[in-house]
Formats: sequence, structure tokens, C-alpha cells
Amino acid sequence: MEVDREDGRTQNQLRPLACSRNILHRAHGSASWSQGDTKVLAAVYGPKAGTKKNENPEKACIEVIWKPKTGQTGKQEKEYEMILKRTLLSICILTVNPNTTTSIIIQVVNDDGALLPSAINAACLALVDAGIPMKHLAIAICCVAKSGYVILDPTKLEEQQKMKAFAYLVFPNSVHSVLPEGSLSVQGEPIEHGIITSVTHGTMSVDDYFYCLDRGRAASVKLSDFLRRSLQQHSTDSSKAG
Amino acid sequence: MGLPNAIGDLSTEVEVEAFRRLFPLRFYEKHLSESIRPDARPLGRARDTTIALGAVASANGSALAKIGSTTMLAAIKMEVMTPSMETPDEGCIAIDFHMPPICSPIVRPGRPAEAAPVVSKQLSDTILSSGMINLKELSLVSGKAAWMAYLDIYCLDADGALFDTALLSAVAAFSHLDIPEVSLNDDGKIVLLSEEQEGMSDRESVNKEKRKVTLSSVPFSLTCILHKNYILADPTAEEESIMETLVTVVLDSSSQLVSLYKPGGPVLAYTSAIQDCIALTRQRAKELQKILDEAISGMEVD
Repeated sequence: MEVDREDGRTQNQLRPLACSRNILHRAHGSASWSQGDTKVLAAVYGPKAGTKKNENPEKACIEVIWKPKTGQTGKQEKEYEMILKRTLLSICILTVNPNTTTSIIIQVVNDDGALLPSAINAACLALVDAGIPMKHLAIAICCVAKSGYVILDPTKLEEQQKMKAFAYLVFPNSVHSVLPEGSLSVQGEPIEHGIITSVTHGTMSVDDYFYCLDRGRAASVKLSDFLRRSLQQHSTDSSKAG
Repeated sequence: MGLPNAIGDLSTEVEVEAFRRLFPLRFYEKHLSESIRPDARPLGRARDTTIALGAVASANGSALAKIGSTTMLAAIKMEVMTPSMETPDEGCIAIDFHMPPICSPIVRPGRPAEAAPVVSKQLSDTILSSGMINLKELSLVSGKAAWMAYLDIYCLDADGALFDTALLSAVAAFSHLDIPEVSLNDDGKIVLLSEEQEGMSDRESVNKEKRKVTLSSVPFSLTCILHKNYILADPTAEEESIMETLVTVVLDSSSQLVSLYKPGGPVLAYTSAIQDCIALTRQRAKELQKILDEAISGMEVD
């Protein structure tokens, strides 16, 4: 089925991606990520000594601060902070630096749809830039489901008006590993098919959701390649690149 | 509480309670391998659920929902407001979720709970996007007056599955909602018709037929924990703190997916696990619908 999109993209086409690392001098790690007109800056400070109250001191702790483009931090930002924190906790190796806190500051530069996925991608890059030990990267993507077909990476307009339901999905990136083949799959499914994070808005049928998952997985491979390439370009130490 | 088949070097020597506190994860895993949970539930069963409608007399609609010992009190206050320019014939719903210090030892007085704004946002997303309430029904005079429904949910006891209980109490409060009767006065303003005046007043009520909101598709949710290959439905606070991967599925009455919410967590969810969670939620939604229907019919008898 053909779908007309405002900007003339096909339904599986992502907007142009761009990222750069090490753009802030004072931060331990920083990155900017943009897809189309959505742009997000991420800065990482840490690991700093000590954990906050109610956190497990035997593990490293992650703190996320979300700065919106304008206005004050509201409920939406608090929710993003929580999702981002839990997502990053699951990909970092927390036992290497116990009793430390790493702060991640997300600054929204421009929001034109797929904001949370962009922020997750930016935060991952910034964590790599800061040299925080990680198991793998997280690849985030936004899919919009509409009666039987799925479009990827929607703009703000597509998120808000044209479409009924969309899903933010986060997958692990495809791992190049020294471990033997079989150890990277769980019950016959490769590790990159597992969902780290899923957030949906609006009602869709269950089948549409699974269709979103398929499309998201396919697109996450492209994103994963883009991330890996740009990380290898920037760093002379290629072992850093997840 | 007995520990079935205590194996291992330590567990035979240490008391059960001490073992539970020292090695919470191993304690749970021993139970899970026997397909049972420490509170004697099978893995896929939710806790006992009760709904009491009309718990707050001063509110227009209210409900007290309990899942296990997690308790939520939801109350709706209706106020007349001027609708915004963009949506002149729609009312509005404002949802707030409160976690006072009495609900859990983690919440300290003076400091707002971290979970509260997140649950609050999730609730308003779910309720508004599920289309349960047609906002047009809350309109009184197009462009002039519409209802603003303030839904406040108080958590009285936070023992896991906060979102599920909060959503259930919200749905129950809406089904109990009685919209107050109002009329237009001579200046064209909306005034409440209080019960005593009803007979004496010669003014025509504007919303005589619209005293109840129709709930078109009711969303029900179930939170599950993913741990290794196990799926635990309706976790307690203790389980949530030990096994951190939570998946919340919200389905509406026509089995459409309203939300599938998995905020990170150490366990990756594969398609099969997601399907199992959705199947569990389908079952649970039927249970909850029955409990809600019973609560409503119980009210009508009174």
C-alpha cells in the first residue's frame, strides 16, 4: 500500500541522520543527535562518588536530567527521565563502578517528532564518549501504526494529527562479539530482537503492534550500522565502539 | 510460611525469614521453580480485587479500588469552565495522582515521590487516548460552557501494581459519576441547580438527559514482571523491587491495545513473552470487567 507523507518519504524511509561527539569541553562525554529537524544534545558527567538515597550502593547509579526546549520540567519530562534512566541502566555494566553516580543531561534543541528515541540515541553516544562501560548500545526508533501499515520516524505533524497510534521501541544493537554464535540468542531469537523499552500512545490492534515490532527491528539494523560507523570514524580506539 | 524443598547449603541452616531478607532473589527463584509465589499465588494469578463505589460523599463520582493491599481512592469533581477556542464543544479532564507519605516507606514527607508524576502522566495518556470518555459529552453550551472533570487519585497503600490499581479506581469513579444538574440564569450564566430548589425553580435544566457519562471502551491493565523465563502477573512491591523488569499492558473492551509499556529493565522482552503478557491481560480484563459490573449493579440495588 502506498502512503503519502508530507515530506515525500516512503513509509520505511528515515529522515537524514547526523551525529557528532565530544562537542562540549567541560562534560566528560557529550554528543548531539539529529534526525530531520529533531535535534537533541546529551552530556555525561561522572562517574561521581556516592549514590543517591534509596539507590543500591553496590551498583553504579544513573541520574537523568531532561531539559525541555522551553518552559519548566513537567510531568512529560519526568516520565521521559524515568524511561531514559531505566533504559540506560539496562545497557550499562553497573558493577564496574559501584557506589558512583553518572549524570546524563539531555537538552532538547528542537522537537520535530520522535523526540524520546532521539534522546536515547544521543544519550548512548554520550555514554560511549564518556567511556562508561556498557554491554551494548540501545537503538531507539519510533513507528506509527495506522490500520494495517506502519510508517517509520514520523515528524511532529505525523505524530499528532494524521496518525492514531505510535510506538517508541528500543532494541539492543547487533553485537559483533568474540563469544560463540549460540550464546547470543535466547530461545532461538537473536539478542537484537529483544525489546529493551516499549512505550505506545493511542489505540492500535495487537497485530499492528507486532507489525510495528517487525518494522522497528528491520530499521534498527540500519540505525545500528550508522551508529557503529560514526563511532568508529570518531575514535582511533575502535574497541570503544560498543 | 514454608519453603518447599529447601536445597542448598545455606538455606537448610538459616531461618526462612532471614533467608528471605539476605538472599531475596534466590528466595524468589526457589519459589518460581516450583511455579508458586511466596504469597501462595500461581505465577499468572492477580491478587484479590475489590471496588467500592461512592467512597467520597462530597465528590460527584468516587471509588475505592483495592488489588491485594494496594489501595487507591479516586474522586471526581465537576466544574463549569469556558472551553478553549480550538475545541469549543468539548469538555476537559484533568488527572492528578498523589502519593502521600502514608502510602509507602519509600515516600518521605516534604519530598514528592518520584513515581507520582510518571504514573499521573501514564494515566492521563491512557484515559485520554483510549477514548473511554467522549469529551463532546462534557459540553454544555457550545463555545460558552463545558464541564471540567478534576480526577484526583490518592494512593493510600502502595504495594505494587500502582498503575493497574489507579486505572481501575479511575474507571470505577467515572462509572459512578453523577453530573450535577445545571441551568442557565437570566444573564446567560450557568448555575448549579441544588436539590432543594429543584421543585421550586422554574428554570429549565440544560442537561437533564446527560447526567451520566457513557463509557464507550473501558481500558483495563495488567502489570507483569519478566524474570528469566517466568512471567509474574500483578507483582507486589517486594517483587517489583527484586525483579526489575516490568511490562504493563492496557487493553480496552474490544481487545485493542491501548498501551504496551516497558520502561527498560534488565530482561529483554521477546515476541513470545509479549504475547503471553497480552494473553494474561485479556484474561484479567474479563475478570476486572466482571468485578466492575458487580460493583455497579450492587450500587443500583442500594
